[in-house]
Formats: sequence, structure tokens, C-alpha cells
Amino acid sequence: MNDSQRFTKTTFTQKKESREKWVKVLLFMVTLMMALPVILLVSFLVHKALPVLSLNFITDIPRDLMSAGGIWPAVLGTIYLVVLSLLVAAPVGVMAGIYLNEYAKDNWLTRIINLAVINLAGVPSIVHALFGLGAFVMFAGLGESVIAASLTLAVMTMPVVITSTREALSAVPMSFREASWNMGVSRWQTIRGVVLPNSISGILTGVILEVSRAAGETAPIMITGAAASITFRQGETVYYLLGEKFMALSYHLYYTSMGWKVPDKLPNPETGEMVPMTQAALEYAQAIPYGTAVVLLGVVLLFNSVSIAFRYYLRTHRKW
Amino acid sequence: MVAGTPKLNVDSLRAWYGSEEVIHGISFDVRENEIFGIIGPAQSGKTTLLKIINRTLEFTTGSRMGGLVEMDGQDVYHIKDVYGYRRRVGMVAPLPVGLPLSIYDNVAFAPRSFGMKDGEELDGLVQKCLEQAALWDEVKDRLDSLGTKLSGGQQQRLTIARALSHQPEVLCLDEFSIAIDPVTTMKIEDVLKDLRKEMTIILVTNLVQQARRLADRTMFMLNGEVVEIGDTEPMFSGNAKQPKTNAFVSGDFG
Amino acid sequence: MQLQRSKWKAFSEGLIEWTIRVSGISAVVFVFAIFIFVFWEGKGLLFSDDFSISELLTSEKWDPTHTPPSYGAARIILGTFSVAIVAMIITVPFSLGGAVFISEFCGPRLKEILKVVIELLAAIPSVVWGFIGLKITSVYMKELGADAGVSLLNGAIILALMSMPIIVSISEDALNAVPDSYREAAIGLGVTKWQMVYRVLLPGAKNGLLAAVLLGMGRVVGETMAVLMATGNADNNPFSSDAPFLDLLVSVKTMTATIAKEMGDTVNGGDHYQVLFLLGVLLFSITFIVNLTAHLVIHGVKRK
Repeated sequence: MNDSQRFTKTTFTQKKESREKWVKVLLFMVTLMMALPVILLVSFLVHKALPVLSLNFITDIPRDLMSAGGIWPAVLGTIYLVVLSLLVAAPVGVMAGIYLNEYAKDNWLTRIINLAVINLAGVPSIVHALFGLGAFVMFAGLGESVIAASLTLAVMTMPVVITSTREALSAVPMSFREASWNMGVSRWQTIRGVVLPNSISGILTGVILEVSRAAGETAPIMITGAAASITFRQGETVYYLLGEKFMALSYHLYYTSMGWKVPDKLPNPETGEMVPMTQAALEYAQAIPYGTAVVLLGVVLLFNSVSIAFRYYLRTHRKW
Repeated sequence: MVAGTPKLNVDSLRAWYGSEEVIHGISFDVRENEIFGIIGPAQSGKTTLLKIINRTLEFTTGSRMGGLVEMDGQDVYHIKDVYGYRRRVGMVAPLPVGLPLSIYDNVAFAPRSFGMKDGEELDGLVQKCLEQAALWDEVKDRLDSLGTKLSGGQQQRLTIARALSHQPEVLCLDEFSIAIDPVTTMKIEDVLKDLRKEMTIILVTNLVQQARRLADRTMFMLNGEVVEIGDTEPMFSGNAKQPKTNAFVSGDFG
Repeated sequence: MQLQRSKWKAFSEGLIEWTIRVSGISAVVFVFAIFIFVFWEGKGLLFSDDFSISELLTSEKWDPTHTPPSYGAARIILGTFSVAIVAMIITVPFSLGGAVFISEFCGPRLKEILKVVIELLAAIPSVVWGFIGLKITSVYMKELGADAGVSLLNGAIILALMSMPIIVSISEDALNAVPDSYREAAIGLGVTKWQMVYRVLLPGAKNGLLAAVLLGMGRVVGETMAVLMATGNADNNPFSSDAPFLDLLVSVKTMTATIAKEMGDTVNGGDHYQVLFLLGVLLFSITFIVNLTAHLVIHGVKRK
């Protein structure tokens, strides 16, 4: 019990306590102001996207000059990017994390590497884009393509994997490693047999975060191969060649909100004449950017939530 | 091994952490099949000494050693196959450690790393090591359960079983009893009395009485130097050559 | 039974460890590579007659497609900094207030929830933020008097929202790092919680808080999509118009948005292409220095 409750409050204490309460309320409001606007904004987005939200939106190809149908090619493009960048960023990032936590000695080289990881994480996305353009598109001759964009994304998202790996590895107590070394087991075998199996889950959360970032980035792919629209015909299987340009969710959102003009007339399939669109069709077309935003946001938030939930699960299921 | 050669010979050994010297030139030898006790207050360099013997000091950044360590007459620091050498030395640390694997996998870990395949031979080895460590009866029905869930006393015996799994010639124990209960301590002391028939044992301990019970000869270390080495019984009954030893044994300091 | 490590095992293990070491250095390699490649693509222009570094930094005329071309990026650089500074002014009080609340005044349950919320906020892609700035907040800007809605203030607000999670989480770490003994000593003297925060905690955590703000600033300066979509990217000088100090409602260009927008129109290897890369070098250098300073601020304390 608070001491000041045992005595009659003086005006001084009363003033102090009421000011205290006001501060607490003020700070709470301030915190709320962070979360609330965003929640409101997101709800607004969903509201405006309603005309298009349906499973078809994700699985169908764009039709009628992109004013109808779905965004499947963009979704597929994003899947390609995520998988390919993962194939590069995950092994290199995990191994770099293993090196930093298990092998690196406390010397100047290690300090430089640490600085480099931190700086790599802070490079602006457009600079990564320029790097991708210069190194992969031009120098390596890959051209504007799925593979160039994926490699650019891999370099960009690697720090996330490195940092999560280090954290996961350092959570394994040193005593386990020492017990293993004492038996004449080599450093790598110790890592493989004791350390890695017990940090794999932490590493996985880092990988999931990497995936989510790769899916959401626009600038790096904008100048390394993302295209506004690639025509697919009805019934054709949608796929990309690694050396081709591609569509992607993030770029699609940019294009449909900045570069694309919502058509108001469509060619009549029989006569070829331009016929004005119906109100419903217009509303649908105008909702497409919002729908794209919602799909992209949904994908990214889903991945992050999985990562957070996974981390929570890990904390409550420790093996030691 | 040539008759008369001690199992382990240490000559003018020094050790540094960075620029601080922690062992100032000590020499001693350990005879085959004896239990060699090392006593002394904290921070005397006893743990460092053991780490030098099993060559794990190298894992500490900034550590250095100088001098000679020989096993069976061979300079231990000039052996190329470090891992093979470490297998000849078993180590039990002060705090009990169970690897986050099943009990079976704990004991099988080392043999598997060196190429032993799963099968009857491995099963037999695991059982033998657990029996020798006086743990088999308590865990034989739950070899699948996690090693980290055992009690401290059980984990310490598990560590001994792990050490035995790679058939060491020298077994080092670093204050093995400080974190476990007296009953388990007694069990392990009996285990050591049996094991000495097969190997040489170096027992670092802070418990003077424990050294008295187990060690044939004992070395008293103080601040990185050797004060005295001798047969245990005379040393501990007040007849030590050095007055400091008598003072330590009777509890005047440490 | 003597088990030997087979020669093959020793060799393959050596190979694995070598790969690990190489991966470890890869981060350093990439940072250097980024700088080198970006500089390389732009270097040709440095020696051309049409170009001079002083012109780049001081001239307000940006017209790379004109004949003769002008490469004055002063307005663009000003645009980047004006948006960044306004964004910081908006976000710092809220972010620090939020961090203080979460760290000191919050129950454990609420703390968990808020931390999750912040992490999800941090995950929102910048193009979605840009979209919000373009479609939603710009509408309100129009009512305030901006012609097209997209403007400096619009961009600054979006950037403020975007940088909140990073400033909050690093500030919260900094506040957590202040030892409990400080708090207990202050409370023991009879001060209220707020006084304890204001007089003891904030000064005690000032290095970490400064670093948080710097890192937020680094993020804001380097942000591309959100500013591209929310500021309108028009060639204006926010300092020169009639408004009192800074015209918030005018549309500005930033370095990031300029590069992103104009790159698609350039010929690979041409002069316009090259000057955009040089702008990229400038941008990279600025964020590099800001981030480096932030981390030295954090670790400088530890080394002492």
C-alpha cells in the first residue's frame, strides 16, 4: 500500500498525483495515436477494395485492358521472386550468421563484418535497385529479368537472415558446446549435432521475415525487370521464364495507382467499337488498386504474424 | 608404454589470459591407474590446468600456454589429430550438463561423430557406459527422454557416461560434486574407485575430505603455483612438508 | 575399438568450414560491391564537359533531358532533407512518448500486445504506405490548400507514420537498458514516476534515444516508394515561396523518388542514366554516414 494513502494528502501531494495521472493518460493517448490511424487507414483500404475482393481476384488473369478479372500473374511473379531470392539469401545468410557466432574471433575483421551487416541493412532500397541494375542486369548480362530482380532482392534481405540466425545461435548455452568439445567432437560436428538443431526454429523466423520483405519491396524490382503488364491469353498456363520480365504484386500496386489510367471505354468484342463501361464495371476497375493493396498487405501481414506466433510458441517450449 | 614412464608429465607449465599470467611454471607427473588429487582455493588455476591437459584452452580467445605436457612420453601439443587426442581425455565439468538430446543420443553422440553406425554394437556401448556411470538402472526405461530434464545428480552421471563413451585413458573431473546432492556424490565416488582399474584419474576438488577419500597422491595449488605434492594421507594428517598445506587442510584459509 | 576420423570426413568438414567463412565475409563484399557498382555506372559523366560536382550540389536547375542538359540537384537534395526534417519533427514526440509509455507506464499484457502491433506496423510495405499517401491522406491535404494533395506535408506525415516503429523499438531498448538501480534510487527519493522519467531515465538513455532518432532519420532519407507516391515529385523549392518559413503544401522532389521515376526513361549508359547513378552515390553516402553515426553513438558508450 502506498505510503501516501496512510496520511492525509497535502495539496502538494495531491497535485503531484493528479499530474501523474494526466501524464499516464497522455502517454497512453500518444501510443494509441500510433496504432489507431493505421488501423483506420487499413480499414478504409479494405472498404474501398470490396468490389473486387474474392478468391477469383487472386486466381484470375487480368482482362479487358486490366479493368476486370484478377491479378494472378502478379501474384505468381511475387512467388517466383520470393522463392528465388530465398534460395540465395537463406543459405548465405545462415552460414554468415554461423560464422559470426561460432567461428569469428574478437578481432578487427569481425568488427568490420558486423559494421558491414548493419550498413547493408540500412542501404536505401533504390540504391539496392541501382546496384542490381549495374551488377546483375548490366555487368552479369542477365538483362531485366526475374533472375536479376531476385538476386537484387536476395542481397537486400540477407541482413535479416543473418541477424536472426545469430540471435538463435547465441541463445544456445555455451556449456553445450563445451561438453561436446570435451569429447573430441569437432567444431562443425558440434554445430551440426547440438547447436543447429536447437536454433533451427529461430532461424526459421528470420527466413519468414525475409520472405515477407522480399514480397513487399518495389524499388529494387522496378528497374530490374518488373513490367506493368504482360499479356496472357485465356486458358494459357501462366508462367515466367527466368530471363524474362515479369509482373509482381508490389509493382502492380504502384503501376495501377500511379501510371495506369482506369479505362472508361472498352472495345466491343464483335464490332471492335469503343463502348462505355457499365457503372458496375467502372466501380470494379477503380477498386483494383485497392484490391491489390489489400492482397499485398494481407500476404505480408500473414507472414509476419506466422513469424511472431512461431516465436511465441518457441519461447514456451524450450528444451532446456 | 615404457615401464616407468608416467602417464602424464607436466614440465614448467605456464598459462596466460591476455597479458595476465595465471599459471607460473608448475611441474608434476601423474602415474598410470592412480587417482591424482588437486586441491586449492578458488582462482588457483586448477580449471585452467585441466583445460590445458585436454587442449580446450585453445577455444578461449586470448589464452596462451608455455611449457611441456606429455602423455605416454609424447608431446601433447605436437599431436596433429587434436580430436583424436581429446578423445583420450575425458572431462567432467563442475556444473552438470545434459545435452538437449535423448539420454541414448547423449551417450551415443561421440561414437556416432566418429563413424560408429547405429546397431547392436552402439546399443551395447551406451548401456555399458550408463552402467559404469551408475545411471543405467534409473534411466533404462526412458532412454528416449530428454537429457536436459534429468536432475543435477543424474546429469553429472550422464556426463561421466558421455566421457566413457569415447574410451578415455585419462579422466579429469573438475569439482564434480559442487552442484549435486551428497548421495549422488557418494555414488560417483564409488564409480571412480572402480574406473581407476581401467584408466588414470585426475580429480580437482575443493573438498579436502573428498581428496582424502579418493586420491592416492595429491597436489596443493595456490595462486598458480605448486605448493606441495605428496601421498595423500600424510599430507592431510598434519604432516605436510609445507606449513601452508597444513593451514589449508585444517581450514585456516581457502 | 579405435574409431578414426576418415580422411574424407576431415576434408568435407574443411570444405564446409571454408564455405562458412566465405559467407561470413560476404556482407563486407556486398557493401563494397554496392558502392563500387553504383559509382561505376555513373563515373563517365564525371569527366564530361556538361557536368560539374559543384553544379550538381548547388544549382537549382534540374533538366537532364534538355539540350544542353542541366544537372543541378540542389532542389532535389533540399527536397529530401525538408521532407525528412518535417517527418522527424512530427514523429519524434509521438515515438518517444510511445516508447516511454511502453517501457515505464504499461502493464505486461498491454506491453506484449503493443509490441506485436509495432512489429506488424513495421512490416507494412512502403508501396502500401505510398498508396495510402496518394489516395487517402492527400484528399485531406487538398482541403488544407494543396493543389494536388500530394505535397511535402503529405509525404512527411506518411514518413512519420512509417518511421515510428523503428524509433519506438530502439528507444524502448535504450530505456530498458537503463539499470533498475537508477529507477529505484529516484523513487526512493520520493519523486513521482513522471519526474523519474524526465529527470533520470531520459538523460540516462540519451545515447540510445539519439541513436533511435538517427536511425529513423536514415530510414526516412532513404525511403523511396512512399515519397515517390505521396509527395508528387514536382520540381519545387519549398523554401523560396511566400509561406513563412517552409511551404509545406508544395510538391517536392526527393533524391530517391527522382532516381526511381526517371530511370525508366533513360538510355542505358547515357548521360541521364549516369547522373542518376551519381545521385545514388550521394544518397548512399548520406545514409551510410547517418547509420554509421547512429551505431557509433550506441557503441561509443560501451567502449568507454
